[in-house]
Amino acid sequence: MNLSIISKSLLIALPMLALGACSSNTDADTESVATEETNQVATEATDTVQTDTIEAIELSPEEQLVEKYTSAILSTTINFEFDKSLILPEYAEILDAHAKLLVDNPDKSITVEGHADEKGTPEYNIALGERRGLAVSTYLENMGVAESQISVVSYGEEKPVNTGHDEAAWSENRRAELVY
Amino acid sequence: MFTRFILIFITLLTVSTTASARLEILITEGVNSARPIAVVPFKWTGSGKKPQNFSEIIAADLQRSGKFSPLSIDKMPKTPSNSKDVDYAAWTKLGIEAIVMGEVQPGPAAGQYIVTFELLDVLTGNIDLPDYNPVMDKRRHTVSTKQLRHYSHRMSDIIYEKLTGEKGAFLTRIAYVAVDRTNTHPFQLRISDYDGYAEKLVLRSKQPIMSPSWSPDGRKLAYVSFENSRAQIFIQDLYTQKRELMTSFPKINGSPTWSPDGTQLALVLSKDGQPEIYTLNIATKALKRLTRNRVIDTEPSWTPDGQSIIFSSELGGRPQIYQISLASGKTKRISWQGEMNLGGAITPDGDNLVLVSRHNGNYMISVQDIDSGELRTLTKTQLDESPSVAPNGSMIIYSTVYEGKQGLALVSMDGRFKAHIPASNGEVKSPAWSPFLQ
Repeated sequence: MNLSIISKSLLIALPMLALGACSSNTDADTESVATEETNQVATEATDTVQTDTIEAIELSPEEQLVEKYTSAILSTTINFEFDKSLILPEYAEILDAHAKLLVDNPDKSITVEGHADEKGTPEYNIALGERRGLAVSTYLENMGVAESQISVVSYGEEKPVNTGHDEAAWSENRRAELVY
Repeated sequence: MFTRFILIFITLLTVSTTASARLEILITEGVNSARPIAVVPFKWTGSGKKPQNFSEIIAADLQRSGKFSPLSIDKMPKTPSNSKDVDYAAWTKLGIEAIVMGEVQPGPAAGQYIVTFELLDVLTGNIDLPDYNPVMDKRRHTVSTKQLRHYSHRMSDIIYEKLTGEKGAFLTRIAYVAVDRTNTHPFQLRISDYDGYAEKLVLRSKQPIMSPSWSPDGRKLAYVSFENSRAQIFIQDLYTQKRELMTSFPKINGSPTWSPDGTQLALVLSKDGQPEIYTLNIATKALKRLTRNRVIDTEPSWTPDGQSIIFSSELGGRPQIYQISLASGKTKRISWQGEMNLGGAITPDGDNLVLVSRHNGNYMISVQDIDSGELRTLTKTQLDESPSVAPNGSMIIYSTVYEGKQGLALVSMDGRFKAHIPASNGEVKSPAWSPFLQ
């Protein structure tokens, strides 16, 4: 996995979190309040010793997500083989993580974008891209995500991540993207 | 001799660029077996610069049809502008079949010109018998500055029809999608003259635009736009710029194509499970479903008589071309060769099927004779897509990757003339050839 994919995943993950994984924040607040109280009690108890508080280490939004759903949650791209819409085993972990997040948050919705490489014709590639998007949404539904939480849009060959014209570019472009 | 002509031709093309953006045509394969013709530079009888290089435009038009091989200017024995001054023997020696010549005079008012041209048959002229007139056609018109280029194409049409018996398609347009990912609005739908001149912007968007299709009267375009983060089909009037949303069903709305009588669109919707072919009445918005296969059906295209629709289907496994009768609903497969076939369209004369055929992993524009089933590959590139046939069936415009970039290309129906039309910046795709324009 190269840097651009990681940073792209984070870019997608961040706004997702802005919508509020509230529970973790509340826990952190509760934690730091409890620590303060304990520390105040400690300083009050005696003036022969002094203690200093340390700030509770707060996890970044990404780290909180990873804690809950494993690092697979930061990946949002599923790649496919040429002419195929079969979900390869190595992507199950990623989809499981996102499925879990969506099941935990029934108010959240996701768009699955389907894409294809440039080979063949643009309109056939729209159909191929949709097939890939539907393979992903079916997987998520089988994992318990409600149909109403998922929408599928196919962009065919129109939005490649790699504008090259070789096998490396084509394999990168054969993908589904998870967008919150 | 021929390569020199190409070099002169390309230089002239580059030199005559006007300020407005346009696509440039680069010839990659000429036709040595085409009919030799001479288009003599027209004589300008006024003062100052010649208002338009008519002979250059006419020669280029005739050459691109694949049927003619215009003589280079430096090979011309003389440059007559009147049929009375022609030395037919000299032209016969060069094997020239026909001569185009003309004269341009300043017109009655400023910004107007009187253009006279003649088409001569060299064989008849050489025989030189009193009852046989070598002048096949002679016209004289007053033309304004703005119309000079279009009038050149009109002359090409007249000459082409006189010499081949077929209607010329040189006064036509193309629509296409230009993609420049460095732009704020990377996706642009544009139209231009078929030779790339007079490019005009129709729509620009931050999201993809696909599959432009011309109405039969040449006044409107139907296309797919993702401007609302989903696929939707719009119709836009090119003269009023008014847009009308036609379909916005869930999932795929794609591949719109106008019926020959202009009342319907055939299109693709996947709202009922998988991509299927539907027809939509443009006025009433009544929708009719045509295919009920549990596989991908896409890329509808009307037969010239409007009675059937050609489409790509995975009915047989890999995509192939099928034909469905609108009256009976009966479907039959019509493509049999190649690993897969896509993007099929019947030529205006109904004799051939133009399609993208895959052989050994290469996607190439091909033509299948409907009667014999014989398949001819027309191109030497490997990533061809989106073929569109000229309204007289003589040429095909398509999109392919050439020298590392996606751009447009022209090929004559007999495969003998080939040219590439690279984008000046970014990439160009999805061309659609207009109907004959009034």
